[in-house]
Amino acid sequence: MLPMTTTFSGSSGPVVAGAPPGASLPAKRRDPRDPRGSRRPARRHPAHLLRRWVSPIALVGLWELASRTGVLEQKTLAAPSTVFAKAVDLARDGTLGSATLVSVERVALGFVIGASIGLALAVVAGLSRAGEDAIDPPMQMLRTLPHFGLIPLFIIWMGIGEAPKLALIAMGVAFPLYLNTLAGIRGVDRKAVEAARSMNLTWPQRLRHVILPGALPQTLVGLRQSLGIAWLSLIVAETVGADDGLGYMINIAREFLQTDTIVVGLAVYSLLGLATDAVVRYLEKRALAWRV
Amino acid sequence: MARLTDPTPDRTPDRTPDRTPDRTPGPRTADLPVASVRAHSRAFGRHQVLRSIDLDIAPGEFVALLGRSGCGKSTLLRSLARLDKVPAGEVEIRGRSAVAFQEPRLLPWRRVRDNVALALLNTSERGDRLARAEATLHEVGLDDKLDAWPLELSGGQAQRVSLARALVSNPSLLLLDEPFSALDALTRIEMHQLVIELWRRHSMAVLIVTHDVDEALALADRVAVLDHGRLAHTWTVGPRRDDRAPSNPEIARIRTEILGALGVRPTPPRAQHDTQTHTDQGAA
Repeated sequence: MLPMTTTFSGSSGPVVAGAPPGASLPAKRRDPRDPRGSRRPARRHPAHLLRRWVSPIALVGLWELASRTGVLEQKTLAAPSTVFAKAVDLARDGTLGSATLVSVERVALGFVIGASIGLALAVVAGLSRAGEDAIDPPMQMLRTLPHFGLIPLFIIWMGIGEAPKLALIAMGVAFPLYLNTLAGIRGVDRKAVEAARSMNLTWPQRLRHVILPGALPQTLVGLRQSLGIAWLSLIVAETVGADDGLGYMINIAREFLQTDTIVVGLAVYSLLGLATDAVVRYLEKRALAWRV
Repeated sequence: MARLTDPTPDRTPDRTPDRTPDRTPGPRTADLPVASVRAHSRAFGRHQVLRSIDLDIAPGEFVALLGRSGCGKSTLLRSLARLDKVPAGEVEIRGRSAVAFQEPRLLPWRRVRDNVALALLNTSERGDRLARAEATLHEVGLDDKLDAWPLELSGGQAQRVSLARALVSNPSLLLLDEPFSALDALTRIEMHQLVIELWRRHSMAVLIVTHDVDEALALADRVAVLDHGRLAHTWTVGPRRDDRAPSNPEIARIRTEILGALGVRPTPPRAQHDTQTHTDQGAA
């Protein structure tokens, strides 16, 4: 590594909801050229990659075998082949597509609401002492609440329609984004801000060119966390009660002991989660290219 | 000769110093000072950091401000850079000032060219900003680093970018806050040559804050020593910059005096770095 002469501190790791303030996990990416990290090869050998697929495929094969021989009953867990056939059926008749669309819309709307609130609060708290004094104490207290525990209150306040589901997702999203963005803004190198001031950059210019980009790495860590929580909140909200969406599909299947449909629903949930994580990872790669 | 103290504070305020392109480096008495400090005092709590400082910097003059750590020299530079609020009338800057700090303070998420161009954000259009940034980076010898990320640079390269960022706005006063103290000795010598070169080409005044007597003697027209918040002593360095070897009796004399003012018993000078020639004697 070249001597680092810039004293700018980037993200130090995610700030974890539920952990004491300032607690963070080591999330530093390993530089592939860093000799200290060379115990593990940067890019795995293809044969090695192939080997890593052996045990998952074997497990699925075992599962299929157990189902075919009757050891694993259909009402307990449907066979992989049955699940796959069911997925094709559900996709063909449009059930799966419309249910997925409803769930995605739901999580997107909840995410946008929660992210807006979390980011706005973090920016206000991060940029002014008064804002921090006003916003941070209640946020630090509220973040210790397990937000799923609020479902009964949400139902009393908002009924069982769309509102409590969105509120649950938004609440799950707002906190990790708030905590990480605030930590990011706090971590911005004051000396870099001062240098910008010496160049006669106005306050909005310093915000746009120094403070917000400086907070971005930590904000992206928060984004990744909050997206994970968004999907989790969606699943919980839809399982508690829904008239449409993937959760509804799963609930109906439960009534009829259709384990194949349930597994299809679960698979779609996890694929969606993987997809959003891939999007964030792509964003990180683009936005943090400077971390050579 | 520029004065340490100016007995005539009443002057026409609107006149800006005019620049002649064919000027020779060195202090000029005809123009108004680019920086005037008058009875400037600063205190942090009960700690008096600066006590009634009077200092003029003439256009094109190269001044070194020497002092032990904690003597208030960085505080004075911050006043001149308008980084701290200063009582009205105590510090006056005519024209633009720019700072290069001890650390490069580059924005790691902007490429080298964009880091430099940022200093022009309020003065010109984007295309022009980038062109000027490239021209200035060329001057500091970093043509091949325009698109590099700051984290890819060595310490000396990063400090060159920092210098380019300060220069790109064409300041009439360049403030250097111990800019070379974190560099290795060889890089520091190169940077000294570069700074002198840039100072000769551009017509700006330079104030360098340093605790290195030899650095001050190699670079400056005038050396001022700050002691316990007072600007106590000042020396004009007479010999040409290519004739400032430690063997030069006048340099040796000034050096001894400055060290005395700093409360240090004189020692043999270490490697002297001139702008034109290197003498290796004394390198130990």
